[in-house]
Amino acid sequence: MVTLGGHIKETGSTTKTKTGGWRTFKPVIHMDKCVDCGCCWIFCPDMSILRKDGEYSVDLEYCKGCGICSRECPTGAIEMVLEEK
Amino acid sequence: MATDVIHGSKAVAEAVKLCDVDVIAAYPITPQTRISESLAKFAATGAIRAEYIKVESEHSAMSACIGASATGARTFTATSSQGLAYMFELLFVASGMRLPIVMANANRALSAPLNIWNDQQDSVSARDCGWIQIYVETNQEALDSVIQAYRISENHEILIPSMVCLDGYVLTHTMEPVDIPEQDLIEKYLPPFKPALSLDPDSPITLGAFANPSTYMEFRYEQQKAIERSFKAIEAAGKEYGKLTGREYGLLEEYNLDDAEIVLITMGSLAGTVKETLASLNDRRIGLLRVRAFRPFPKDDVRRLLKDVDKVAVIEKDISVGLGEGALFSEIKSSLYGLDSQPSMAGFIAGLGGRDVTPEDIAGVVKKVEKGFEGTGWVGLK
Repeated sequence: MVTLGGHIKETGSTTKTKTGGWRTFKPVIHMDKCVDCGCCWIFCPDMSILRKDGEYSVDLEYCKGCGICSRECPTGAIEMVLEEK
Repeated sequence: MATDVIHGSKAVAEAVKLCDVDVIAAYPITPQTRISESLAKFAATGAIRAEYIKVESEHSAMSACIGASATGARTFTATSSQGLAYMFELLFVASGMRLPIVMANANRALSAPLNIWNDQQDSVSARDCGWIQIYVETNQEALDSVIQAYRISENHEILIPSMVCLDGYVLTHTMEPVDIPEQDLIEKYLPPFKPALSLDPDSPITLGAFANPSTYMEFRYEQQKAIERSFKAIEAAGKEYGKLTGREYGLLEEYNLDDAEIVLITMGSLAGTVKETLASLNDRRIGLLRVRAFRPFPKDDVRRLLKDVDKVAVIEKDISVGLGEGALFSEIKSSLYGLDSQPSMAGFIAGLGGRDVTPEDIAGVVKKVEKGFEGTGWVGLK
């Protein structure tokens, strides 16, 4: 729909654009090394690190595979693994 | 109404003051600097209530204006030459987001070689950015046009930003008597800005978002339709302004056209030199058509006014390198395309990088065209 200047009244519409397909490497979290510091969760620019009760996982529908989480993890618990199809 | 003898830069600043602008973001550049300096002084001394944002570049100046305008603030900036070039990508963002920002551009040549003097290459090169472009002849017109620009741009049928182009030095640094209208008169003419859309944390919206191939073209089409509506709005704003001040403006200015067989065409302050020349030649067969609105370009009016003329000569301070002629000449030729009998046409490049264009130069152009010169030529080339 053509709105004035391309404005969008309904917020949160970017969630409709799934950006996981852009990824080359995916983060794999080794929970045995995790110290629950939250650095990956804080630094992820796409809010793709999911954190619940000290457990961490990755929302692969939006993770673009930038590797910031892996770089910032102080214990090296996040490994970037080549996506294979 | 008070008359003052002021520079074109001061005339622009006085206009911004009268328009009760909310946000000004500007970066100094010759020969625009005196506009932003005057406005900074107004803001520092409380003469205007605008927030003056000191930015680190023209790219940031336009970005700040876009942000401010998106929150519903009446916004102003001024620039010149390299500064306008540095704003280039944001010019498209401002017009694409349909934000009614008003800018003054002090026309100056572009580098390299470095040159700070006047020609119109800067804004002419930005003609396809989706902005309204008004070229002014005098300091008075600079003041009047900034005020009219807000009225045109903020019209909800239009919502297109405006660029008021005044020749660097020739106007920005030259004193002329300027009538400064009373504040209450301008308040009557220019109501407070009512944004069509604005960013509000209590009612969030997204502005300037993404359009994929299935919608992008339609946004550009809407922009074209909106700027077409501004033909009428520019004329109406000029007419209404005339009622209040006695100074009426339009898309084009016709000077001595009634019996004209030869019509000179130009933009900006050069029109003053042409008028002087025509007055001394005192020949009713020679007239002037001054293009005030270069965007939107008044094709139909140009065609109507020139269709029965013998000879047309465009004199302009820009060149499309590679085409070998100025942009105004191209537009004039395009406006006359398909006429049964076309006037003979000549286009002259003049005054690049601040070279003087004298009444003798204009008389020389007239003589050349009278002798049958057609095509493109350069004035005063060594």
